[in-house]
Amino acid sequence: MLLTQKEESDNHMPILNKEEAQTLLKKVLSYSKADECEISLTGREGGNIRYALNAVSTAGDISTTTLSVSSTFGKKTGTAAINEFDDASLEKVVRRSEELAQLAPENREHMPLLGPQTFAESITYNANTAAMTPESRAEMVAKSLDVTTKANLSAAGFLENATTFDAMINSKGLFAYNKAADVIFSVTTRNQEGTGSGYAARGFTDVNKLDTYSATKIAATKAAGSIGAKAIEPGKYTVILEPVAATYMMENMFRFDARFAEEGRSFLSKKGGGTRMGEKLMDDKVTIYSDPFNTELPAETWDRDGLPLEKTYWIKNGVVQNLSYSRYWADKKGVKPVPGPSNIIMEGGDTSLEDMIKSTERGILVSRLWYIRMVDPQSLLLTGLTRDGTFYIENGKIKFPVKNFRFNESPVIMLNNVEALGKPERSISVESYRSYLIPPMKIRDFTFSSLSDAV
Amino acid sequence: MLPDLSAFGRQIDQSQALDTVDVRIKKELSDVALNTAKSKGASYADIRIGRYLNQAIITRENRVQNVASSESYGIGVRVLVNGCWGFAATNDVTKEGIAKTAEKAVAVAKANSKIGGKPIELAPQKGYGEVSWKTPIEINAFEVPIKEKVDLLLTANGAAMAGGANFVNSMILAINEQKYFASTDGSYIDQDIHRLYPNFSVTKIDPVQGGFETRAALSSPVGMGYEYLTPSESEKVQGVVTRYKNRYDILEDIKNATKNATEKLTAKSVEPGKYDLVLDPSHLWLTIHESVAHPTELDRVLGYEANFAGTSFLSLEKLKSGNFHFGSKNVNIVGDKLQKGSLGAVGYDDEGVECGKWDIIKDGVLVNFQAIRDQAHMIGLKASQGCCYAQSWQDVQFQRMPNVSLQPGKTPLSVDEMIKGVEKGVYIVGNGSFSIDQQRYNFQFGGQLFYEIKNGKIVGMLNDVAYQANTQEFWNSCVAVCDERDYRLGGAFNDGKGQPSQSNAVSHGTSTTRFNGVNVINTKRRIG
Repeated sequence: MLLTQKEESDNHMPILNKEEAQTLLKKVLSYSKADECEISLTGREGGNIRYALNAVSTAGDISTTTLSVSSTFGKKTGTAAINEFDDASLEKVVRRSEELAQLAPENREHMPLLGPQTFAESITYNANTAAMTPESRAEMVAKSLDVTTKANLSAAGFLENATTFDAMINSKGLFAYNKAADVIFSVTTRNQEGTGSGYAARGFTDVNKLDTYSATKIAATKAAGSIGAKAIEPGKYTVILEPVAATYMMENMFRFDARFAEEGRSFLSKKGGGTRMGEKLMDDKVTIYSDPFNTELPAETWDRDGLPLEKTYWIKNGVVQNLSYSRYWADKKGVKPVPGPSNIIMEGGDTSLEDMIKSTERGILVSRLWYIRMVDPQSLLLTGLTRDGTFYIENGKIKFPVKNFRFNESPVIMLNNVEALGKPERSISVESYRSYLIPPMKIRDFTFSSLSDAV
Repeated sequence: MLPDLSAFGRQIDQSQALDTVDVRIKKELSDVALNTAKSKGASYADIRIGRYLNQAIITRENRVQNVASSESYGIGVRVLVNGCWGFAATNDVTKEGIAKTAEKAVAVAKANSKIGGKPIELAPQKGYGEVSWKTPIEINAFEVPIKEKVDLLLTANGAAMAGGANFVNSMILAINEQKYFASTDGSYIDQDIHRLYPNFSVTKIDPVQGGFETRAALSSPVGMGYEYLTPSESEKVQGVVTRYKNRYDILEDIKNATKNATEKLTAKSVEPGKYDLVLDPSHLWLTIHESVAHPTELDRVLGYEANFAGTSFLSLEKLKSGNFHFGSKNVNIVGDKLQKGSLGAVGYDDEGVECGKWDIIKDGVLVNFQAIRDQAHMIGLKASQGCCYAQSWQDVQFQRMPNVSLQPGKTPLSVDEMIKGVEKGVYIVGNGSFSIDQQRYNFQFGGQLFYEIKNGKIVGMLNDVAYQANTQEFWNSCVAVCDERDYRLGGAFNDGKGQPSQSNAVSHGTSTTRFNGVNVINTKRRIG
């Protein structure tokens, strides 16, 4: 019986530093009798606070640590995990993974583990964010509520911080470690009548950059500006997507998997077979890449396969530059493995949002998009809606707020129709909460298919 | 929201999944949390000790991609201090760890109470003492050998490949929630909840045109044991394609799916326009989920979800008016936390309230919402409706939808008879893409299979179909619901709401239903 009551706590592990993690992992590895063994250790400490109707609704503080062991005999792998860290438990989890490996079906795509690799030190950790407490979270929310109570608006928001570490060791001598901290904040402000709504979202590695007061001010301005929305005909419009809208629209496109493309079931599949690597698929202005050392959006420097993550271009000047290859698929195809995106950064331009509006004869400014889902994976046709501030532009000026639209559009088609790009901003997806660095963009011929009464 | 299914927990072996934690230990641990919280100033406290088992068998074509058995074990403590909620969770399930966590929950509540706001008002709830509830299953999926599940999936995949599929992915997902709840009201509730989800997707490629089509399984995730995968002729619904009630035949369905995927490659692209829609339960459950179940969630109506999932086009005023016509008189919707075989069925919710069944829409008129203890007073209820749920021990519980279902028609009506009455229509089977606005007015749904109806007959398959409508107009265009012979449950493991987002498992029942004059669009596009 595994799940027994204990008198003393030995479960809780703080966020371990590199040396502590390596010592623990080496000890676990010493118990291994398998052909190959890989052990990972992860920990998370963090908290969140959620508010609505200008008061806190729920809030929590959560800590978890897990150790996972994968043992392989031939091409048969078994994995087991544990969150108890006494020596007996650690040996037991290794034995259990070995027993499971013996019972497992053979994985014909199993690749031998990698030997020692060199990983650069990441810049994902921040001590200010790691030091956040229930009190500091509450203070930041109080600043946000200060805006909305004074403006007689109703606020609903969410603030979450997490400090995490990931470490991995294997029997071929590979060791990797990463520590990270992150904070995200989002707020929706609505007027009492429910006829106006605005939104702002922020994500940072360093919590000192997070200003909940000014973010809420922006949301409040949008809410006030969106009151009295008029209905205009759906159809094709020039749109200006703010970064939070552009991010969510493009998130479904950031899958550059070579295998899927070669199998003929991706927007990157070529008619008649093969992939669209090297083909010009988008406008010249579109360049999308990953870079773990971007200071605004740092990422881990190694992936789960034990491969180093480096700066990688996916789309350069509209041309498909790279596809990701798993170690198995790369071996089969005789190419170098390419890990998937560590983060996503889209290069921008020098057109400000104001200039984009000024140069628009007739168009729509979109603050946020909502409930985007795939309609057709071949063309990446997506459907979704505008939300929290949609404005009609005429002759270079915002004329009035408009009712929200449903759109049916593909990000690939959209990125062929780029008129201008602004400066990239760190922005979080309103659904996955992943952070991206994406510019505001002006797009022609964006397809709105119907109107929505939603505010 | 329906996000992607997420993996959770840590890997364990199968024998470990059959272990359970002694209820006496759980009671003792619970008392540590409740006593600590009270001694630190909590006016109310509850603890959930959760052991969540999750087994996924994932295959593609002729190989196993993954066999993963995982466990997530820990405790979550919720406290009310100075009229404000606090919550903390840990996987350190020891007396010391639990006491620290209870203290942390009190500290969170105290920090938040400084912000102010209206104090929480809890509907009274009697303590039940020591009680238990278990999903009525015939075969525990965790007791079925992994090899048997692998063999079933690989046999199914083989049938698809032999039928001409280019790719096939299949999986069986089994879930067991062992949940223990205790509160300062005097309840100690032990529950053992089982769910199962077999699913597949068959892909057929057209290399010349550079296109591909897929067809997903017509199975449902269910609140049942492995018996769901034992085929039974009496549980099949025959028609243009076979559909399933309380037993599923994966081998038959995957053969049909392979034929369907091939047919879809050459099916006629739909002409956009107004059509009468005949919607199979395997499709309509999702439309009910998005356009009826979500807008009748009281937290959305009140504004608690404004920052993420959104609010609702419904309001307390519309409810109080007693004459808000949500749909036609054919529309009768119930909330039900007890329905056998459903994903939402439990004995007690996650704040210790015994579950029940109630009307939400009666003869087309809105008559109720879905509420929990701290909301009941807002709609004049004296007790909670038992809609509180947390996806795991480490997430705070909050209001989640029960099974929300359309009641079958009272007049005898078969699917064939319904189709006979349609002049120009589309018959839709299976769920596809889905999207709805944040107040639940405007929606768009696709499907798996679309059949053209002309002058009362199905004349062939269509492709590239999606329909768009306004919720209230759509439900008021509901002209007929087939009778109870056709009633089936659909559902999802991944109903998403809240921040951090949590998944809720929920079913929606209906019989085949007809809606007149709905706007159908064509979704075909070309890139590059």
